[in-house]
Amino acid sequence: MAAKTCSIPFAGTAEQEARLKEIIASHKGDKGALMPVLQQAQEIYGYLPIEVQTIIATEMDIPLEKIYGVVTFYSQFSLNPKGKYTISVCLGTACYVKGSGDLFDELSAKLGISGGETTPDGKFSLVDCRCIGACGLAPVLTVNDDVYGRLTVDDLDGILEKYQD
Amino acid sequence: MYRSHVLVCGGTGCTSSGSQQIIDTLKREIKAAGLENEIEVVKTGCFGLCALGPIMIVYPEGTFYSMVQEKDIPEIVSEHLVKGRIVSRLVYDETVTENGIKSLQDTAFYSKQNRVALRNCGVISPENIEEYIGTGGYEALGKVLTEMTPDEVIQTILDSGLRGRGGGGFPTGMKWKLARNIVPNADQKYVCCNADEGDPGAFMDRSVLEGDPHVVLEAMAIAGYAIGANQGYIYVRAEYPIAVKRLEIAINQAREYGMLGKDIFGTGFDFDIGLRLGAGAFVCGEETALMTSIEGNRGEPRPRPPFPAEKGLFGKPTILNNVETYANIPRIILNGAEWFSSMGTEKSKGTKVFALGGKIKNTGLVEIPMGTTLRTVIEEIGGGIPNGKKFKAAQTGGPSGGCIPAEHYDIPIDYDNLISIGSMMGSGGLIVMDEDNCMVDIAKFFLAFTVDESCGKCTPCRIGTKRLYEMLDKITKGQGTLEDLDKIEELCYYIKNNSLCGLGQTAPNPVLSTLRYFRDEYIAHVVDKTCPAGVCKDLLKYSIDPDKCRGCTLCARKCPASAISGTVKQPHVIDQDKCVKCGACMETCKFGAISKN
Repeated sequence: MAAKTCSIPFAGTAEQEARLKEIIASHKGDKGALMPVLQQAQEIYGYLPIEVQTIIATEMDIPLEKIYGVVTFYSQFSLNPKGKYTISVCLGTACYVKGSGDLFDELSAKLGISGGETTPDGKFSLVDCRCIGACGLAPVLTVNDDVYGRLTVDDLDGILEKYQD
Repeated sequence: MYRSHVLVCGGTGCTSSGSQQIIDTLKREIKAAGLENEIEVVKTGCFGLCALGPIMIVYPEGTFYSMVQEKDIPEIVSEHLVKGRIVSRLVYDETVTENGIKSLQDTAFYSKQNRVALRNCGVISPENIEEYIGTGGYEALGKVLTEMTPDEVIQTILDSGLRGRGGGGFPTGMKWKLARNIVPNADQKYVCCNADEGDPGAFMDRSVLEGDPHVVLEAMAIAGYAIGANQGYIYVRAEYPIAVKRLEIAINQAREYGMLGKDIFGTGFDFDIGLRLGAGAFVCGEETALMTSIEGNRGEPRPRPPFPAEKGLFGKPTILNNVETYANIPRIILNGAEWFSSMGTEKSKGTKVFALGGKIKNTGLVEIPMGTTLRTVIEEIGGGIPNGKKFKAAQTGGPSGGCIPAEHYDIPIDYDNLISIGSMMGSGGLIVMDEDNCMVDIAKFFLAFTVDESCGKCTPCRIGTKRLYEMLDKITKGQGTLEDLDKIEELCYYIKNNSLCGLGQTAPNPVLSTLRYFRDEYIAHVVDKTCPAGVCKDLLKYSIDPDKCRGCTLCARKCPASAISGTVKQPHVIDQDKCVKCGACMETCKFGAISKN
């Protein structure tokens, strides 16, 4: 299980906190509002450290352990900040039978990190994802919102080069 | 009035290959040519032929352009739209005949299909409610509210024989009837839509949501009227941003036009729909887990009974149907139960959408009448297997399903037939595998998925799938024994019989079905320590044929592990201890001297 606290110091701003409180207020009275609140909180901060969970717990009057339980249950929620570019390699069946496993292994070797990790310079995160639904282009990977399809291992250097800034 | 309409696919497949840029350029070029009042550009949902994306169709003539690039746009505008001359190099070759261009509907890909749930996908703009209304949209809701009683609606759905398209195959009308009657005088009921399409390789529901979102809203309102609910929820994967956006637009438009909200069509019926986003948990496709997730909890399933029809969302009577199931409802109401039940087989009525993927030429989305054979789907509609390879198996039902081997190539696809051969309909992913795919590796792949996605609530699933995975891993590494095969089978049945929810109960299916049809492959891994398909790396051995090797040194230079040695113009050798089995040498060799076994 992931560590409860994150090794990188929390650097939330007052402005972010004000936006979060606004969102919580807008969901007042909504049944089952925790999930949408967490999703929007992650949009504000980029991840959900224990400090953000504590704000939500206080504001929504929900026990912190319940919030932590929800955050750690869903793979979309992250307790650690993501890199500047998140590379997601689709390991859905259609991509897998066309060799996306090799793409993932190769990227892992090239970046020196395994799935779910971020490079020390904070630039790339590598994740495996389930089907993004572009099976016609298999095998597929995405870098943030850019989609690359019909790939072979030889294409990877060219893709990484585009994100050197 | 426009003299011509240009339809460009805005589904996920085509968007991923740049269809949005194509639309932007197209609009710009049309404006530059001064044709913006004559030609309309429509961004539609999925056409189905994803393999050829980005796709564009020009009406009224129906010219089907495939694999269009942004740089082709000026030519399409100046040649086709201005001068009326078709750009033949971009036309889908299946539509080209000696006597000109034939209709898309007559091509092998489309002619065997029957589009009911996908009726509007690739035809209308999903972001414009008027286009939906223009094709008969919301007529069924009007008919239900003004001419039918709730019981008549339920009877129609029962008579149609519609069964749940999410995989379970439970009769939809029965579900509705239970929810209507089981709790008399319930103060609140809910209608939910399961759009948490988690099976890897399945994208039917996403295509309906992206291409025709209003059909789901209309059907949910009909369901609400039938069971007596006035609130609906759609639980959709956050990984589907286009679908989420179009649903938001559709819900707002429907409210604006009075199709959702208070007093719909002045009949006094209220119904509204909220959107809830999933957060990446496969188990939330299970009905009780989905509802727990909407309530804002960890998405863990709970035991049934009580069934959701009695005690569902927030403890109230609830029905939950899948997207494709809903997409059939308005047509059934308008065309009648008999029309629907005239399609399909005895116990599986209507059509089914499949997402064709893997080793097949026409990857994409197809809708076929129930009872169509696998051979028709793969050979005729799918265009067969590329590169002259041999069909080995088709996988249906994702991590809950199984493999269909070549010996069942001619079985008519329906719910009961697929179960009888050890697979299942599932939500509709159909992944084709050829001789280069190792079935033990595929079973391991699915188990890795279920291990990852098991919610951990019940022990048989949490620990059982993990142990199962470990045994399969051992086999793919060449360390398995025949005794392991027996243990695997025993554990499979234990997990099936003792897990709490559908995820665990079906998790062993990929293993059981590959063991049933491809036992010889397991034996090869265990006894001969070889992988016949050449996939499992630990069992592979690359070697250089000294008769074919010319000593060009290319492979030695390419090898990342420096495992190849030899002098120029002399046969090279691979040091097996150093080889990392990446296969780079085999790809590099120009003389076919390197083989793996």
